[in-house]
Amino acid sequence: MMEHYPAFIVIVPFLFAFVVSGVAWIKKELCFPLTLVGLGLSAWFSVCLLRQVATTGVLKYRMGGWETPWGIGYHVDYLNGLVVTVVTVLAFINLIATRKNVTEETPEKEGAFYSLYLLFIVGLTGILLTGDLFNLYVLLEVASLTSYALIGMGSGRAPMSALNYLFVGTVGGCFYLLGVGYLYIMTGSLNMADVATLLPKLYNSNAIVMAFIFCMVGASIKMAFFPLHMWLPNAYGFAPTAAGSLIAPLMTKVMVYVLIRLILTVFSVDFAFVVMKMGDPMVWMSSLAIVAGAVFALSQKNLKRMFCYIIVSEIGYMMGGAWLGNNAGMTGAILHILNDAIMTLCLFLCAGSIYYRTHGLELDRLKGLFLKMPVTMACFVASALSIIGVPPTCGFFSKWYLISGGLQAGQYGFVAALLFSSLVNVVLFFRVIEISYYGDFETHHGHGSSPAVVMESPASMLVPLLIVSIGLVVVGLYTGSIVNHLIAPILMQHGF
Amino acid sequence: METILSIKPLIAVLVSICVVPLLVLSKKANVREGWTFAAAIVKLLLVLSMLPVILKGNQIVYTLAEVVPGVAIRFRVDALGMLFACVAASLWIITSAYSIGYMRGLDEHSQTRYYVFFALALSATIGVAFSANLLTLYLFYEMLSLATYPLVTHHQDKEARTSGRKYLTYILGTSIGLVLPAMMVCYHLTGTLEFASQGFLAGACNRGLAAVLLVFFIFGFAKAGIMPFHGWLPAAMVAPTPVSALLHAVAVVKVGVFSIVRIITGVFGTELLSEFNLGVVICTIASVTIIVASLIALSQDNLKRMLAFSTIGQLSYIILGVGLLSPKGITGGMLHIAMHAFGKITLFFCAGAIFVATGKRNISEMVGIGRRMPWTMGAFFVGSLSIIGLPPTGGFLSKWYLVLGTLEANQMTFLFVLLSSSLLNAAYFMPVVYRAFFPPPEKAMFENKIQEAPLFCVGPPVITAFISVALFFYPEPFFRLASMAVRFIGGN
Repeated sequence: MMEHYPAFIVIVPFLFAFVVSGVAWIKKELCFPLTLVGLGLSAWFSVCLLRQVATTGVLKYRMGGWETPWGIGYHVDYLNGLVVTVVTVLAFINLIATRKNVTEETPEKEGAFYSLYLLFIVGLTGILLTGDLFNLYVLLEVASLTSYALIGMGSGRAPMSALNYLFVGTVGGCFYLLGVGYLYIMTGSLNMADVATLLPKLYNSNAIVMAFIFCMVGASIKMAFFPLHMWLPNAYGFAPTAAGSLIAPLMTKVMVYVLIRLILTVFSVDFAFVVMKMGDPMVWMSSLAIVAGAVFALSQKNLKRMFCYIIVSEIGYMMGGAWLGNNAGMTGAILHILNDAIMTLCLFLCAGSIYYRTHGLELDRLKGLFLKMPVTMACFVASALSIIGVPPTCGFFSKWYLISGGLQAGQYGFVAALLFSSLVNVVLFFRVIEISYYGDFETHHGHGSSPAVVMESPASMLVPLLIVSIGLVVVGLYTGSIVNHLIAPILMQHGF
Repeated sequence: METILSIKPLIAVLVSICVVPLLVLSKKANVREGWTFAAAIVKLLLVLSMLPVILKGNQIVYTLAEVVPGVAIRFRVDALGMLFACVAASLWIITSAYSIGYMRGLDEHSQTRYYVFFALALSATIGVAFSANLLTLYLFYEMLSLATYPLVTHHQDKEARTSGRKYLTYILGTSIGLVLPAMMVCYHLTGTLEFASQGFLAGACNRGLAAVLLVFFIFGFAKAGIMPFHGWLPAAMVAPTPVSALLHAVAVVKVGVFSIVRIITGVFGTELLSEFNLGVVICTIASVTIIVASLIALSQDNLKRMLAFSTIGQLSYIILGVGLLSPKGITGGMLHIAMHAFGKITLFFCAGAIFVATGKRNISEMVGIGRRMPWTMGAFFVGSLSIIGLPPTGGFLSKWYLVLGTLEANQMTFLFVLLSSSLLNAAYFMPVVYRAFFPPPEKAMFENKIQEAPLFCVGPPVITAFISVALFFYPEPFFRLASMAVRFIGGN
C-alpha cells in the first residue's frame, strides 16, 4: 500500500473525475462531496508521501512494474514531495472555500466543473511526480487543456481569453515538446535521470543547446514570464472565481518547479550556468519582469487583474532566484514556490469572498468594506503584508533569501528590483486598503457609533480563508525547519 | 552577568495581543475598558517582575524560532530595553485612563477599533524594547507602523486620509527602502544580526561602507523624526490626542530613537564608530534637526503641531547624546528617553484636555485659559519645565548628563547646540504658559471660573507632571538602568 502512494496521488483524482462526470447526470448534489473525497484522498496521500520521503530520502516508483528507462518512472524527492503536498492541500482548501461561488457562477455545470477541477489536479500532480520528460509533456497538456476549459466556463470575455490562452499555451507546449524531441534524438532516452547521465558528453552539441533553449522558452511561456505573460491577466482575471483561485496560485508555480527540475536534474547546474552562461541575462530579465509586473499592476482598476500582474512580478522573483546560481537564491526560489502559492491563494480567496457579496471587483466598489466584511478584509491585509514582505509572514522570508542570494552573487540590479517591487506593493495594497477603510466622506460622521451593516461571507468561505491566512504566519515562523529539512538536502544533492 | 532563559518577555509582548479578542467581543464599553486596564496592568507587572533580575546585572533570553541560519526571532531583556519597556508599559496605563476621558468626552466613533489597535501598538513597542537582534526589532518596528495606521487615521475624513498616506509613505518607505537593504548587507557581511555590547560589524566593513550603512539606518528609522524624514509627525497630529500623546511622544517616536540607539551601540559599537570618527556625523545630523525643529516650533500656532516639532527636536537630543560616544553622553541620551516621555506626554494630555473642555486647538485662542483650567495649565507648566530642562524636573537631569557628555567628548559645538536649543524651548513654551495665567485683562478669552475637563482627562496630566517632578528627586531606577547599559557597552 505505502509504496503505491505516488501513483495514488495521481490516479485517485483521475478516477473520481470520471465518477463525478457520470454522477452529474444522476444526482447533482453528489458532485461536490465526491470531488471532496477524491481530492482529500490525494492530499492525504501527498502528506503521507512527504513524510515518507522525509524519512527515507528519495523514492522511486515504476509505473506498471516496467523498468526505467523503458517504462515510466515516478521519482519523488524533497523538492516535488514538498510542492505536490502544497498543490493538493491548497486545491483541497480552495475546493471547500469556493463551493458557493461555483453554484452561483456556473449553475447546471457543476458536474463538468468538478471533474475538470479533478483532472487539472491530475495534470499538476503528474507533472510534479513524474521522472519522465515525455510523460511530463502529456500531463502538462492535461493540466493546460483542463485549465482552458475551466477558464472558458466564465462569463463575459472569459471564453475569448481562454481561447487566447489556448493559442499561447499550445505554442508553449510545442516548444517544450520540440526540446524534448531534440533530447530524445541525441540521447535516445526520455527518463530524466537517464538523460542526465548521458548528457555531459554532449554539452558541446548544438542540438542540446537548442533543446535547452526550447525547453526554457516553453516553460517560460507556460509560467507567464515577462514578456511572455500577455495571456495571463485576461485568462485568470475573467475566469470563474473558483477556477481563478485554483489555477492562478498553482499552475505558474508548478511551471517554475518544472524549470528548476530541468536545471537541477536534467541539464545539470554546470550546463545551465557554466556552459550556457544563462545566469546573468536571465537574472536581468527577471528583474525586468519584477519591475514591469509591479508597474502594470499599478495601472489596474480591478482587484483581480491587479493580482494577476502581481503574479507576473512574483514569477520574476522565482526565476531570478533560480538563475542567481547560488544556494541562497535557489533556496529563495523554492521557498517562494511554497510561499507564493499560499499568498496568491489567500488573495484570490479574498477576492472570491468579496465578489460573492459585491458582484464586482472594481476598486471603487470596495468602499467601506472593512465595516461590511471585517474578517475577509483582515485576511486580505494579512496576505497583502505577506506580498509586501513584512515579517513574520512567509513572504518576508523568501524575499530575505532572494535578496541575500542577490547580494552574494553581486546582482545589485535584482536586489534593487525586489526592493522596488516591495515599495510598489505597499502602494498597491494600501490603495485598496484605503478605499475600503474610508467610506463616503459626504455621509461620514466621526462621532457616535455608526450602525455597522455587517454582510460577511458564509462560514464555508471564511474558515478556509482564515486557515490560509494563519498559514501565512505559521509557514513564516517555520521557515528555518522548512529550509533545513526540505530544501537544503535537495540543493546539496545537486551541488549547491 | 548571567543569562536566564525565561518565557516572560514573550508573554509580556503577547499580553496585549491576546486581549484583542476579548476587546472585540465585549458588549459593554465598561467591560472593554476593563480588559484594556487588565492587560495594561498585567503587562506592567510582567515588565516590573523582570526588573530586579536585570538590576542584578543579568539578562533574560527567550528564542521563539530560528527563521534563517544564524538569525532567530529572539527576545533579550537588557538594561536599555528594560528602561524603555518600563516607560512604555507604565504610561500605557495612564494613557488608557486618559483615553476613556477623551474618547467618551468627545463621543468618538469606532472606539473598539481604537482600543484594539492601541493594544497591538503596545505589543509591538515592548517587542522592540526586548528584541535581541535586528530582525526581531525590524519585525516589531513594522508591526508598530501598521498597527498605528488606523489610530492616526481614526477620524476617517479627508484630512485623516492625507495624513495617513503621508504617515505610511514616510514610515514604510524608509523602513523598506533603507533599513531592509542595510540590514541585509549587515547579514551578508557578517552572517549574524545579534546585538552585541560592542556591535558585530567590527572588522567586517571599511569606513565608507560603515558610513553609508549608518546613514541608511539613521534615516531609515524615520520614526525618530530626523530631518528631512520628519514630515509624518506633524501630519500624524490629526489623530485623537491620546494617540498623539502615547504614540507620538512616547511609543512610536521613541521606538525610532531606541532603534537608532541599538544600531549605534549594538550593531556598530561605540569603539568602531569612534575609530572611524563617525560619531560626529551622527551628532551633526542630530544637531541640524534640533535647531531647525526648535525654530519651526517657535512659529506654530496650533498647540499640537508645536508639540510635534518640539518632539522632533527633543528626539534628536537622544541621538546626539548617544552619538557623542562618551559614557556620560550615552547615559544622558538613554535617560532622556524616560524623562522626555513623562514630560512630553504631560503636554499632550494638557492639549487634549483643553480641546475636550473648550474645543480650542490654537495657542492664540488660549489667552487666559489658566484661570479656567488651573490644574491642566499647572501640569503644562511642569511639563514644559521638564522639556526645557530646568529643575526641579527630570528633564534637568538628562540634559545635565548630555551637557557633561559634550564636555567629556570635548565637542564644544554640540554644547552650544544644546544650550541654544534650551533657550529656544523656553522661547516657545514660556509665552504659552505666561499668557495662559497672566493675560492682559482686556484680552482674556475666558471667564474667571474654574471649569476643567472630565476627571479622566485632567487626572493623567497631573499624575505625569507629578512623576516628572518626582524623577528629579528620585531618578534611581531609570538612572541605574541607563548607567548599567553604559557599563555593558564598556564591557562589564
